[in-house]
Amino acid sequence: MCLAIPSKIVSIDCDTCMGEIDTMGVTREANFSLVDEEIAVGDWVLVHVGLAISRIDADEAQKTLDMYQEILQLQDGALNAGG
Amino acid sequence: MDTIQLAHGSGGLENQQLIRELFFTAFDNPILAGCEDAALINGGTLAVSTDSFTVSPLFFPGGNIGKLAVAGTLNDVAMRGARPQHLTVAFIIEEGLKLNTLTSVVRSMKEELSITGALVIAGDTKVVPRGAIDQLMINTTGFGSIVSDCNTRRIAAGDHVIISGNIARHGACIFAAREEIAIKGLTSDCCSLWPAIAPLLAAGLGIHAMRDATRGGISAVFNEWAQQTGLSFVLRQNDIPVSSEVRGFAEILGIDPYILACEGVFVLAVAPQDSATVIDLLHRHGHPQATLVGTVEGAHQQPTVLLHSAYGTKRRMEYPSGEILPRIC
Amino acid sequence: MQAADTLLQMVRDNDTIRAFADRISQQASQLKKPLRIMEVCGGHTHAILEYGLDQLLPDRIQLIHGPGCPVCVLPQHRIDAAINLAQRPETILVTLGDMIRVPGSHGVSLQRTRAAGADVRYLYSPLDCLTIAAENPDKTVIYFAIGFETTTPMTALLLEKARDRQLDNLYVHSNHVLVPQAMEFILSAGGAVDAFIAPGHVSVMAGAEQYRTLSNKYRAPVVIAGFEPVDLLDAVLRIIHQVNSGIAEVDNAYSRFVKTTGNRKAQQLVEKYFEPDDDFLWRGIGRIPASALKLRRDYAERDAEAQFPASCPAPTEEKPNNCLCGSILMGLAQPTDCPLFADGCTPQNPQGSCMVSNEGACAAYYKYRRAS
Repeated sequence: MCLAIPSKIVSIDCDTCMGEIDTMGVTREANFSLVDEEIAVGDWVLVHVGLAISRIDADEAQKTLDMYQEILQLQDGALNAGG
Repeated sequence: MDTIQLAHGSGGLENQQLIRELFFTAFDNPILAGCEDAALINGGTLAVSTDSFTVSPLFFPGGNIGKLAVAGTLNDVAMRGARPQHLTVAFIIEEGLKLNTLTSVVRSMKEELSITGALVIAGDTKVVPRGAIDQLMINTTGFGSIVSDCNTRRIAAGDHVIISGNIARHGACIFAAREEIAIKGLTSDCCSLWPAIAPLLAAGLGIHAMRDATRGGISAVFNEWAQQTGLSFVLRQNDIPVSSEVRGFAEILGIDPYILACEGVFVLAVAPQDSATVIDLLHRHGHPQATLVGTVEGAHQQPTVLLHSAYGTKRRMEYPSGEILPRIC
Repeated sequence: MQAADTLLQMVRDNDTIRAFADRISQQASQLKKPLRIMEVCGGHTHAILEYGLDQLLPDRIQLIHGPGCPVCVLPQHRIDAAINLAQRPETILVTLGDMIRVPGSHGVSLQRTRAAGADVRYLYSPLDCLTIAAENPDKTVIYFAIGFETTTPMTALLLEKARDRQLDNLYVHSNHVLVPQAMEFILSAGGAVDAFIAPGHVSVMAGAEQYRTLSNKYRAPVVIAGFEPVDLLDAVLRIIHQVNSGIAEVDNAYSRFVKTTGNRKAQQLVEKYFEPDDDFLWRGIGRIPASALKLRRDYAERDAEAQFPASCPAPTEEKPNNCLCGSILMGLAQPTDCPLFADGCTPQNPQGSCMVSNEGACAAYYKYRRAS
């Protein structure tokens, strides 16, 4: 579980650990007290019940993306080969 | 069930049950049994509809209880294919409500009436002790003359199904406002629909039925139509118009946008040869997101509303039930 | 952050979904026998059924919906406790959404209790309890806490902040449960499961490491997955690959958000306020050792169970009926196998744990699958 949505950080107040995030064009407040990485405006974070719990790892995101592209190409190739 | 729950007013299953088992049984007659948004009397020339408005908060982005009370009821009249002409208004006011607030509400109502030109012809005012109600409730009853009778009995297998615009904006906005979930970017879609419907009716197109997707959202409309007609509906999920803000809201809270209310969006069942013209007219009259979303299938013993995904899977669009609650998981 | 933006678009992309579905079909043809994969997260169950992902899988692959719904697994005596606490004078009972729908042993839910005059409120965020407690100093505010590892840190943070603000009228009734223990129990008790899709957000908090022991002990592949259609199909593909290769290990397919060690800050906060509870009875399953969390004795003054024992009934034996929830949760039956499914047991009138909340297997089947 549970319902947690990737959102982009719009603003952070380091003193209060509060800020604003954007989720698909909707802006709302979020609490950053539980994040144990360095975060900055523009970062993608995962938010559960109003609290950010993790920042996206850009390298891992890239690896995952590369893997998706690979699968797409593999299946494209299989289709073209009549497979 | 021995006490009335909030769910009995939500527009879903429990609401339908209460209406059927208590009200329809007690007040049974063929006009009522028609179950349309507006009833027809006077030899089928006069459409009548009534509704009570209890929205909280009274003022929300995109409107207020007054605008809603006028647009909501006159939309129901328009859904029957009738030109809205007259309205009665009854106010129930909590002691202590500021006069400024009431004046703002009334001003909005006057503004909204000017869109259709409908006249308030009768009214009532009651003031109840502090705490008896939450600030203000308004009941409105609307009357209109039939241009072309649109009703569920005319829905036929093969009809095209159109949604007039981005769904769930009102429901999302109100939910966030009421639950004090500070989400910016949500605005109610509350608006009078007659200006878009008039040209459709004037063009003499095969518009079989229309219904505005208020409480219970498009899910309630499609499931009610399926039950009333015995026909199944097949909808393409990707074609259902949803704004990114409503999508964001729905994702954040885990609430299905199909069950959230719209107050300026309606669904049409249209003869297939006319659907392109209908969409074009809607686009030109204030509803640029109007989209063809599916078709009416043949008769079924257990008629369903099916959603087809773009990647080859399908699932039911279930009738809404219970209170709308955020998901944790 | 270009990769992140692109990735977050692709996780629902139709072509990507179809590509994964096709690859799964190809790879599944090499399986020597049918493969039974259990997901233990209500969010995963919901996503699978909402997107119809099981319709994209070949028949050799069976998806089983495990006990991943934090509301569904609550035994009735705990729901009764919530209702009793709500009925205490000058009390505000606060909880998260779905919890208010679930009926207790007398058929009454928090919703009905509210209709009868009790002050029951649901929150979007647990931290909202602080505002309620501050605004109602003369009332007893009890947070009925539910959720797996993802949500527990929020309760711990709530307790931390309540201490900072000296809110002496705020209490917590803890019903937090733990996933790996449930997974282990299912395997040890003969559950019909070959591999697991592990919950993505639980793993964000608790780390990927926590499944290693059970994966090794039972030779069961465990793939940690996100919640988008491509995430789940990717997880299934990885499991098939492990099975075809004869390996059984923990694979973190949600590495964009899940670290091996998890969120240390959140873990430390939970560690500070909670300790394992050996006596938690999972509805439909029974006692699973050390599978829940209770407040440490140092914080007994905030513990609703310690402060209001009269409102918290002792565990009672579940009344037997024909409900198959126990078997469904163990992967030994499907919702449609249950004689009560849609015939006496519906979301409006739930008879067992799997139907009580939107995330339960039976409720999800009822909503999306019945007669379609």
